[in-house]
Amino acid sequence: MKILVPIKRVVDYNVKVRVKADGTGVDLANVKMSMNPFDEIAIEEAVRLREAGIATEVIAVSCGLAACQETLRTAMAIGADRAILVESDVDLQPLAVAKLIKAVAAKEQPQMVIFGKQAIDDDANQTGQMFAALTGWPQATFASKVVVANGMATVTREIDGGAETLEFKLPVVVTTDLRLNEPRYATLPNIMKAKKKQLDTLKPADLGVDVTPRLTTLKVMDPPKRGAGVKVADVKELVAKLKNEAKVI
Amino acid sequence: MSTYTPPLKDMQFVLRELAGIEHVAQLPGYEDAAPDLVEAILEEAGKFASGVLAPLNWSGDQEGARFHDKAVTTPAGFKEAFAQFAEAGWIGLSGDVEYGGQGLPKLVSAAVQEMWTASNMSFSLCPLLTLGATEALLLCGSAQQKTTYLPKLIAGKWTGTMNITEPQAGSDLAAIRTRAEPQGDGRYKIFGQKIFITYGEHDLADNIVHLVLARTSGAPEGVKGLSLFVVPKFMVNADGSLGARNDVCCVSIEHKLGIHASPTCVMAFGDDGGAVGELVGKENDGLKYMFIMMNAARFGVGIEGVALGECAYQLALAYAKDRVQGRDIAGSSDGVAIVHHPDVRRMLMLMKAQIEAMRALAYTVAAANDTAARHPDAAERKRSQAYVDLMIPVVKGWLTETGNELTHLGVQVHGGMGFVEETGAAQYLRDARIITIYEGTTGIQANDLIGRKIAREGGATVKAVIALMQRTEAELAQQAGPEFAAIKFALGKGITAVSEAVEYIVANYGNDIRTVSVGAVPFLKLMGIVSGGWQMARAALAAQAKISGGSHGDPFYPAKITTARFYADHLLATAPGLAQIVTHGGAGAMALDVSIL
Repeated sequence: MKILVPIKRVVDYNVKVRVKADGTGVDLANVKMSMNPFDEIAIEEAVRLREAGIATEVIAVSCGLAACQETLRTAMAIGADRAILVESDVDLQPLAVAKLIKAVAAKEQPQMVIFGKQAIDDDANQTGQMFAALTGWPQATFASKVVVANGMATVTREIDGGAETLEFKLPVVVTTDLRLNEPRYATLPNIMKAKKKQLDTLKPADLGVDVTPRLTTLKVMDPPKRGAGVKVADVKELVAKLKNEAKVI
Repeated sequence: MSTYTPPLKDMQFVLRELAGIEHVAQLPGYEDAAPDLVEAILEEAGKFASGVLAPLNWSGDQEGARFHDKAVTTPAGFKEAFAQFAEAGWIGLSGDVEYGGQGLPKLVSAAVQEMWTASNMSFSLCPLLTLGATEALLLCGSAQQKTTYLPKLIAGKWTGTMNITEPQAGSDLAAIRTRAEPQGDGRYKIFGQKIFITYGEHDLADNIVHLVLARTSGAPEGVKGLSLFVVPKFMVNADGSLGARNDVCCVSIEHKLGIHASPTCVMAFGDDGGAVGELVGKENDGLKYMFIMMNAARFGVGIEGVALGECAYQLALAYAKDRVQGRDIAGSSDGVAIVHHPDVRRMLMLMKAQIEAMRALAYTVAAANDTAARHPDAAERKRSQAYVDLMIPVVKGWLTETGNELTHLGVQVHGGMGFVEETGAAQYLRDARIITIYEGTTGIQANDLIGRKIAREGGATVKAVIALMQRTEAELAQQAGPEFAAIKFALGKGITAVSEAVEYIVANYGNDIRTVSVGAVPFLKLMGIVSGGWQMARAALAAQAKISGGSHGDPFYPAKITTARFYADHLLATAPGLAQIVTHGGAGAMALDVSIL
């Protein structure tokens, strides 16, 4: 069984993001970039399935700038066997990425695609679901446990009320939640081997996918500064304020 | 609580722009060290340092290593972290490929070692000593010793130690008394006591491989009669499995000012019939082997100076940005964070500027070391080796002294909270205190510098370095603006100061060694400050080239130029005074009779 793991290169989680002065987006100049943390969990899960003898090959795939190669090398240092970059300078939106991954999946024929549940830059939480809709595969989002046996995947997912466990026939789409695993530290020999692993580069046109953006960003701005608090005399006043001023109850 | 963020951007800048990682990667055998791979290695090492080692730094200090029944227990978490560290292959980074290492150059291992030390100095000493033992066996061991020990040491299954010091033999190795008696089967029985043995006993690995300096019966007096022996804690069977417990044990550990988590052991050899050891290399050649390893060990300790300065700076900077106290000195009604006070800013800049200068100097020396080891041209190898030999005492002496000063400033920036242990600033100060002492005190380094490295060869190498500095000074003159003018002015003064001091040392060392030696440490400091200033000038030039080439408004490069200027005005400015001490300070120091001191 092959596993495909889509990887996104995002602003590093330690970076305090700044909005560009002209309000067109987030300032990415001279900002440290790294792998989306949810995608790291996805790679880790796929590598564990291979180490357990369940998967035979783990392929990392990223869509975006040439610099994504670096992120793919990180994925291979964690343990992905090879990588594919779909290179594009276009601002790729979730639907475009879902279509590109679908085209890659059509070529590679994986039995499982593990996405991060969302990327920490736009927090869209859409690509995995869109991919499932496009392919017609069953989806198990927000996974906290994945078990594969006898052509079936049993996935525990995080839901509002707690957890639910679903069973699927392969192929299946999984998106990872934080509790699924704790990604390992790459070992030095694996970092060095990653350099020599296969990394193929494709263009969206090679896959016959139109990646033209369909959404327009009108304006990006900082969230409003939080105002000063007020002291309330009693619970009654608090409830009244929540009801009438904050309008939350 | 203290955290550690690896200064990857500055490390990368130094590797690429100043130390020439691209050239190192072209040396035979170092082809793997391509800049993009090195970047990935530093990135992952940084994750490990901040994610695994840094969280154990404070707890390790508080808990400390504990001794009981001849055994040592390391603080909670150390055993697991060491297993993870070994498993990840970090111990083998520069290890010989034939025995399972990755064979990466010194330039890469220097940057990685900086991260281990900065995140957890006590922990980092175990792999550092293991590396020392590995290098010793690789250079001088027999084929069988190599196959027995190197793969296990490189994989971190076993660890290594250096057993040199004895109670009566500290800086003076001639006084070593530990005996080795031949058993007729090629093996020896070792008897004696060694002190200050870092990680001489611990619970991190299955076996400990002690390298021991001892005297065979009938060996010459003094340093010419020392031989090197390998003495494992557990004997190793022919199939590589562990055999009987050897007659070497830890009898106590020291209670120290710092590095509490690192066990500093008193080792007893042969209390129960003799510890079994094998000779490493030839009899009576022990000191020669020590000297081969000494450059590496002293360089490693120099790196500790940058590392501790860096973590002290990170902690102080975070506090200074957070702590609101007092108003802006030029007038404001609200309180401001102390980072806005000019004197706090000066202290932080002293830290930042000297860290960057130390890093640049250390990494360029590491690159020269790689060139000296691997360059195809013999003349180039020789030139690089001469530079390395000259600079090793400077890297060891100046970086450790400066590292100490910076941990001092780190406490000072914190004010009263710096004196309180929980802040973490005090730990860096305590941990740093040993680095100017072990592997040869600053005084020993300075004597080596002015004697063996300068006076003995009439200052030939140092004069060649001065010529290189002058070339940088000439490049500075091509640049416009007040910052480059200030850097050029101060570097020029610094070069003159070094030249005058060198002339004085070369002229007077032979006939008045006592007077000249009083100025040894001031000269070492002068040499460090000016060499650091030279590297900062090169850094400013490289940053300017980046800006001119289009650096997309990256604030790193203008900041580098400004920092170089600060260094020129605050540190290079002290050079003439130091030269004055070197050339005039000898008379007063030795004049008083000891009885009146």
